[in-house]
Amino acid sequence: MTESLYDQLGGEAAVNAAVDIFYRRVLNDHRINRFFDNVDMEQQAAKQKAFLTMAFGGPNDYTGADMRQAHAKLVNNGLDDSHFDAVMEHLTGTLEELNVPQNLIDQVAAIAESTRDDVLGR
Amino acid sequence: MMTVTKIKIDEQTLLCQVGEPLLDALLRENIDVSHGCRQGACQSCMLRSLKGKPPAEAQHGLKDGLKQQNYFLACLCYPEQDMEIAYTHHRDYVTHATVKAKQMLNPEIMQLVIETDEELDYYAGQFVNLKRDDGLTRSYSISNHRMHGRQLSFHVRRLMGGQFSEWAHQELQIGDRLAVSEPQGLCYYQSGQPQQNLLLIGTGSGLAPLAGIISEALHDGHRGEIHLYHGSSDMNGLYWSEEMRSLQQRYQNFHYTPCISRGEPPAGIAKGRAHEIAFKDCSALKGWRVFLCGHPDMVSSSKRQAFLAGASMADIYADAFHVASSSVD
Repeated sequence: MTESLYDQLGGEAAVNAAVDIFYRRVLNDHRINRFFDNVDMEQQAAKQKAFLTMAFGGPNDYTGADMRQAHAKLVNNGLDDSHFDAVMEHLTGTLEELNVPQNLIDQVAAIAESTRDDVLGR
Repeated sequence: MMTVTKIKIDEQTLLCQVGEPLLDALLRENIDVSHGCRQGACQSCMLRSLKGKPPAEAQHGLKDGLKQQNYFLACLCYPEQDMEIAYTHHRDYVTHATVKAKQMLNPEIMQLVIETDEELDYYAGQFVNLKRDDGLTRSYSISNHRMHGRQLSFHVRRLMGGQFSEWAHQELQIGDRLAVSEPQGLCYYQSGQPQQNLLLIGTGSGLAPLAGIISEALHDGHRGEIHLYHGSSDMNGLYWSEEMRSLQQRYQNFHYTPCISRGEPPAGIAKGRAHEIAFKDCSALKGWRVFLCGHPDMVSSSKRQAFLAGASMADIYADAFHVASSSVD
């Protein structure tokens, strides 16, 4: 049996290590940080953790409908492809910082990419 | 032998089947529990056991403080015995107390000392709800460390039109009785990493929990640097400066910076907002522990700043003081 992507990356420990780096990168990015202005940091960190768990191919309850609903307000406020690209950039940047092999980064990016239309409400 | 367990939440009792996660049992009974991943990752279904330890695996991934206080995740919880649970803090009044002392610390803040009938298991920096006879209730942070046993002290700031604080300042007498809730909140010192640097930022009576946390840390032999920034708009809001200065003389690793944001400060007081000065002085917080107490806006913006300066999310402890009426300034 082949090990899942989630396990290959190091499972929950890897998600935990990635959350701080990823979220700090996102909040530092002036292109997208306005979308996080009025959210509670702890709740948002929990969402980041759920997102990374999903992107790593780990256990999750991801449904496109939830993703649409969660981002609908942001889409109304101008969330578009450029912002999604910025987040993707930080996701791969985070994994590079954690020395994850490129082939695994590609797999993570592909999973995250598959949510694009749901996030942007298309 | 595994059996069906009885779960009590608020006034409701339900049954959890063998092999059924508690979250599913609650949702099945139409009890609205927020939830997300169902795998222990998002932590949105966090509940609290009111009687005894929850199953260990249901506490997977929670902060130590939450574990100590019997919080757990409903999605990972397969009850082994009957449980009594609550959404978050329960507000039951666990004991009564007698007022022992009242002393003005500055023109608007009074130190209130009470002695509880029963010993409470608390940490300096946590808060309790105090309730007077007619039911009026307010939360106050504990400013003394645990060695005091049944004595708790609080810094009660008199607020314009503040029903509880005005009454406590003017009418509450030595010997009067108050009901006291269980200590709550996660903003307190945990021993275990004595070399970690600490940054504490507080405004107004936010000094109460911070002073308690500092005394608990020093008492515990904390070796890392401890930086306290206490701010107020003017000199009237600052207090305990002498106490903090003498502490600074006794402990080389303790540093105290009082700040005022309006007008020209006298010598020895910094000019500006406490958190802005703090982040200018301490700009690289990787590996630090951060405590934030006071005005909600200061707390939420400082949380983010501390995180962006490198502090890990798990090392940021905050207690925002929401008030039921406007403050005097």
